[in-house]
Amino acid sequence: MTLSGAPARCRASSAFGWNPDRIALALVAVGAIAVAGGGFVSLAPNRLVSGRPVALWAAAGIPATAALALIGLALAGIAATPPRRMRHYAVAALAALLLIAVLLAAGTAARDLAAGAPPLARVSLGAGFWIAAAAAALAVLDGLQRADAGNFVRFLVGAAIAAAIAAMAAGGWFDALSLAREYASHRAVFGTALTRHVALVAGSVLPAILIGVPLGILACRRKRAEGAIFAVLNLLQTIPSIALFGLLIVPLSALAVAAPALARLGVGGIGAAPAVIALILYALLPVARNTAAGLSGIEPTIVDAARGMGMTERQIFWRVEVPLALPVLVAGLRIVTVQTIGLAVVAALIGAGGLGDFVFGGLGQDATDLVLLGALPTILLALVADFLLKAAAAALRR
Amino acid sequence: MPRPLRLAASPLWWTAVLFVALLLAMPHTGALFHAAFPAAKPPVYARASFVELFLSQAGIVATASATASALGIAVAVFVTRPAGRDFRAIADALATIGQTFPPAAVLALAVPALGFGPRPTVVALFLYGLLPIVENAIAGLETVPGAVREAAAGMGMTGWQVLARVELPLAAPVILAGIRVSVTIGIGTATIGSTVGALTLGTPIFDGLAGNKVPLVLQGAILVALFAIVTDMAFARLERRLRPPGAAR
Repeated sequence: MTLSGAPARCRASSAFGWNPDRIALALVAVGAIAVAGGGFVSLAPNRLVSGRPVALWAAAGIPATAALALIGLALAGIAATPPRRMRHYAVAALAALLLIAVLLAAGTAARDLAAGAPPLARVSLGAGFWIAAAAAALAVLDGLQRADAGNFVRFLVGAAIAAAIAAMAAGGWFDALSLAREYASHRAVFGTALTRHVALVAGSVLPAILIGVPLGILACRRKRAEGAIFAVLNLLQTIPSIALFGLLIVPLSALAVAAPALARLGVGGIGAAPAVIALILYALLPVARNTAAGLSGIEPTIVDAARGMGMTERQIFWRVEVPLALPVLVAGLRIVTVQTIGLAVVAALIGAGGLGDFVFGGLGQDATDLVLLGALPTILLALVADFLLKAAAAALRR
Repeated sequence: MPRPLRLAASPLWWTAVLFVALLLAMPHTGALFHAAFPAAKPPVYARASFVELFLSQAGIVATASATASALGIAVAVFVTRPAGRDFRAIADALATIGQTFPPAAVLALAVPALGFGPRPTVVALFLYGLLPIVENAIAGLETVPGAVREAAAGMGMTGWQVLARVELPLAAPVILAGIRVSVTIGIGTATIGSTVGALTLGTPIFDGLAGNKVPLVLQGAILVALFAIVTDMAFARLERRLRPPGAAR
């Protein structure tokens, strides 16, 4: 979740000496236009029908709208002051406040609308909400980036926002929203699906490391094997996920018929077995490629020095090469984990379970909020894995 | 090597021939699939021709990728100019964060906004395809050494000329690598798009999965895998062509 590139604060001021935070201003404008355009939430007669858009002021009332507008104006005001590190932190803090206020307003809007509607009616989050929330989140991120905040500060800010949202959710603030009602009616299976999803990812990434790392070492040591290994892995990565799942059905169901013992263990053409095998195959390329890249990026003089110190080949490998190649490997692990979290959604189509069950179940029933119940946790999982593994790679590089 | 021989020796050529041959021959393989899977009826997908499915999927991917390439390169050019410098970090961040979103989730979320049919697939492919293109185009444009740009400007080139004749050609291989990633993901996501009403080679796969008809799954899976592989190989060849002679890989 880090913003890369040269920090904008290194730039010289513009010709007029006025150097506002143009991104924060642009984001405030985008959010304001999205909210003013109406459609902050939508009201539908039941969960399967698409609703009609309702504007923020019509749903949550004038005071909530005015409060949001005030925070937005304050953010714009701070963004227009001269660029200092404190300004960047203030932008991030106000944007975080705005994000929480947008969420509060959504909860209020849902509660007020639902109170005056029949029990089957559903209040869903509209485009105006999503754009305003995304703009506020991006402003937080950009403020932190400009302030050159470290991973720890970023983690604290993220955790504080997450804690605020969790507290609102636990306090029942969002209970009137259709998303929360979908969660309430799927509460029993949600935990299972989430655990299953994480299990699919872990059960694919760990074997992929066990197979991919030796493959990467082999590719680095034997240049003749390198071409063949990467040609095959690259080919596998190119095949669309659902096609690979489909291609595995025949051999695996044949195997289950030939070896009933395996079938009793759950091996078959449909279910977790083809999903995990396909996810492992997809994960091999990034693992092997980054292992090889990490190893071949080591200066030969360092290995020579270790040899000169009297280290054996085994010692050189474990004490010199592995520690030096580790950051690159962890960077590959980040790619693999994020990719596998996403691909595991598709695995639901062949009966492997996981959060994809909600996504495709929701698509089948045309219930948008059920789709969200699957998609949002998947995105969150991917973002958290991305942040943690990025931080781990950065810590190892030091 | 003379040209015909060189063609015959190229894996791209014979993979493409195999793909087209299978695309045309698949409707006539009923006896084969019937022998292997006697229970399945019909043994071959018959609701639409495979050529029709392929053309529909290729059209969806091409529309989305062409639009994403045009807009993605434009965004990258804007944020690497002095006027757009401020937006460079946020564009890069959006591209990186966006790519952690699962493509299947992006597709599913496009449906409520656009309804069933090919439209949500085109839009999801376009949005998701933008990200690797923006990321790579920014990276590609920034690898052009400042000295090269200054030399071009010193020769009297205008800003646009430097961009069109120096920066974009030098960045082309990296930009193309981004388009390649975008198209590969696009083909895969378009295949899933048949669950939301797009007509693609994934349609027989899902019909087969829903009705427990393995031959249909196989027919769709083999063709879509070959489609993706041929496309990727074609991009690999184009990338080799664009790399300036003598440049290191």
